[in-house]
Amino acid sequence: MSFFTNAKRFLLCSIVVYFVLKGLFLSGLLTQYIQQIILFSFVAILTSLGLNVIYGYTGQFSLGHAGFYGIGAYTAAYLGAVFQVDNVFSFLPILALGGAAAGIVGYAVGVPILRLRDDFLAIATLGFGILVKVLLDNSDRAIEVLGGSRGFIGIPKIVNLEIAFFTMVFLILVTRNLIFSRYGLFWQCIKDDELASTAFGINTARMKLMAFTFGCFLAGIGGALYAYLYSFLHPSNFDFLRSIDFLIIVIVGGMGSITGTIYAGLLWVAVIEGLRIGLPAQALEFRWVLIPIFLVVVMMWKPFGLLARKESKFLGLGRDA
Amino acid sequence: MKALEVRGLKKSFGGVQAVDDLDFFVEEYGTLGIIGPNGAGKTTLFNLITGIYKPDAGRVTFFGRHLDRVPVHQLSHLGIARTFQNLRLFNSLTVLQNLTAPILGLEGYGLSSAVFRRRRYFDGERSAEEKARMLLEFFELSGKEELGANSLPYGEQRKLELARALSTSPRLLLIDEPGAGMNPREIRDLLKILRQVKEHFRLTIVVIEHQMGLIMNLSDRVLAMDFGEKIAEGTPSEIRKDRKVIEAYLGDELVTC
Amino acid sequence: MDFLSYILQQFINGLQLGAVYALIALGYTMVYGVLRLINFAHGDVFMFGAFTAYYLIAKWDVPIYLVFPITMAVTALLGFLIEKIAYKPLRSAPKIALLITAVGVSLFLEYFLSLESLFTPNYIGFPRPFEVTGYELPLFTVTNVQIIIFAVTALSLLLLYLLIYHTKYGRAMRALSHDREIASLMGIPVDGIISFTFIVGAALAGLGGILYGFAYPQINVFMGIMPGIKSFIAAVLGGIGIIHGAVLGGLIIGISEVFVSAFLSSTLRDGVIFFVLFLVLLLKPSGIFGKWIDKV
Repeated sequence: MSFFTNAKRFLLCSIVVYFVLKGLFLSGLLTQYIQQIILFSFVAILTSLGLNVIYGYTGQFSLGHAGFYGIGAYTAAYLGAVFQVDNVFSFLPILALGGAAAGIVGYAVGVPILRLRDDFLAIATLGFGILVKVLLDNSDRAIEVLGGSRGFIGIPKIVNLEIAFFTMVFLILVTRNLIFSRYGLFWQCIKDDELASTAFGINTARMKLMAFTFGCFLAGIGGALYAYLYSFLHPSNFDFLRSIDFLIIVIVGGMGSITGTIYAGLLWVAVIEGLRIGLPAQALEFRWVLIPIFLVVVMMWKPFGLLARKESKFLGLGRDA
Repeated sequence: MKALEVRGLKKSFGGVQAVDDLDFFVEEYGTLGIIGPNGAGKTTLFNLITGIYKPDAGRVTFFGRHLDRVPVHQLSHLGIARTFQNLRLFNSLTVLQNLTAPILGLEGYGLSSAVFRRRRYFDGERSAEEKARMLLEFFELSGKEELGANSLPYGEQRKLELARALSTSPRLLLIDEPGAGMNPREIRDLLKILRQVKEHFRLTIVVIEHQMGLIMNLSDRVLAMDFGEKIAEGTPSEIRKDRKVIEAYLGDELVTC
Repeated sequence: MDFLSYILQQFINGLQLGAVYALIALGYTMVYGVLRLINFAHGDVFMFGAFTAYYLIAKWDVPIYLVFPITMAVTALLGFLIEKIAYKPLRSAPKIALLITAVGVSLFLEYFLSLESLFTPNYIGFPRPFEVTGYELPLFTVTNVQIIIFAVTALSLLLLYLLIYHTKYGRAMRALSHDREIASLMGIPVDGIISFTFIVGAALAGLGGILYGFAYPQINVFMGIMPGIKSFIAAVLGGIGIIHGAVLGGLIIGISEVFVSAFLSSTLRDGVIFFVLFLVLLLKPSGIFGKWIDKV
């Protein structure tokens, strides 16, 4: 099918990377912990890609992305508990439902707030993100198993290299196809000049909503993967700081660059973990002092991100790879 | 057949009457020039016609169809296109994309064709690209397809703005001060291009312009505005001699024609 | 009678909280008016004020009448520095870069102060340099802390009002918030007035920090986050960019929060604030007193 032939290079790279990773995993060279971190980086890439669609391409300022990530995670975990999911095949529909739930909420929230101007949109999404966290903290009042501020325990660890990696690859491909189609083109038009876009036949309200919904869907998938990777959910993992994490990945990697998001996602997780492992215990707390400094410096040097709008030919992510 | 008809149009902004009781029409395939000093309400008029502002009173009719309830993004489907006085190109896109975007906005393939790269996607992209390239050729911008729109020199950006308006094959073209910021040589080139556009594309044109020479040489009829009102209407030569018009312009610009 | 006095008591408690929110909200609204920037770091300036006061009182035994001016001067300086170092260089950058930078400054302040060598991430008891006493009125009780808060806040508002509407600096600020380009063309020193706006706003936030410390004597480096967000929402509620809007908004939010906590549940407190936000943004984004209605 054209879906695959059109992305020969990217798929080829992906297969190669998969075999390398599989080899490393099987060889025993990597600890369980490292393996989990690698899989988490795929989750981070996927979720951040969603934010890149919303913000990097369409220019909509969303500071509550972790809220949708959380909705995906908790929905998938809850449905899994209800339907007693314990293997890959029963997991996949749950994964999709987690994404769908986040997407639907994204749509519902988007309809009223996307017409707000950028800084107000920022506050609205920020508020939404915090609202989600508050609801998660109080969730055990409504549904016991959600755990509230004690956390959601007992999720089976189903996500492995294959699931995490290939879900990410598939969704990157879908995203790429959208970006390099007329829809992605409209999104970029909207980012450049919303008024002119309307004047030339683009239904900006609909396109903005589409980008937002899709971005939230990706976050939901990421969240669902996260839930079944770490087996434990706690509301503190879905707070504003987490939204900032994703934003940092998008910004540093470059607005409007899928490749940038991939590199930055890997880099960011590596940096966070690297600092955690590498820094001596006393200096650990310096992490979050250095990170904002780094952020501010990047903003001053390259306000649009490091790889804005460039795609890697090597990875085959460009227009018609 | 009246392509565009404006009746009793009024718009005020916080006490300032930007457009006051405007009445006029344009015949199909005609060219109407609108002149008037700064602040006369010309661009506001365009914004009212294209639905960016809602009028306080009056209505705009396009080939007999009332434009009141039409949302702005439907206009290109109806066949109305415009350029912007201050250039509103899609700066992060390439020259070619600035044209393919409106073309694909008009009609194109659906979501599943995009995501699954079906036949319709390739056909749609190719035909949009072909159309865009032909347009670029007409405007002598061939070879610059892949350049960033904002990397073009100013005069070419203006041409691109015009090309973009034509990309949706409109029936009515609203051109807002195409000659702004141009030197006399560029104006002569612009006039040549606009004449070519008139000949080649069968459409109705309304042009707002300051530069008398441009307006007088392009228009069949001219409408003069001041303080939001129509102060005169007629053929170019009639307008040139009109008392009120001369007063409004204080004579300077007319002399340079 | 009991129910009435309970309500009135909560109302007074709400005013106490609302006064602090109002002081913080003023800084947000003034900076937004002049720069169209949401100063995410403002809540941390408030926090810095509380910590400065703590340091002065607990470590250096500074008499209370000096604590106020010194703390306000320190936070004013902090506000000034933040603007100069982090925001000014990005004045012409895309809005997003400014916002990210503001977030970065906020995080930096929080985590820098949370270092073990400095203040730790733990809660620290704020030393009140006086005993709390309550004055029993027929229907409710008012504490001396509350009286201090009301009096100090009212005085500050009065001074601020005089500043904004009766001095040339205030006039310049108002001019800038209307149209920066024209204001600069008319000879107003844009950079200086922007700095001045930050200084005034930060001083007020610092004052809020001291008062907050008196009222709720547990401080913590992350204490600025929620009050910061809530105060910003208060500013939006009242009409962003409008001084009396910030005050009214702050009072409303403070009172609502205390009432929800008293009558519903304290854990839902924060959630309700966001419903208020959504309502405002959906119904009238320009806020109660607002006129900044923008078309996209």
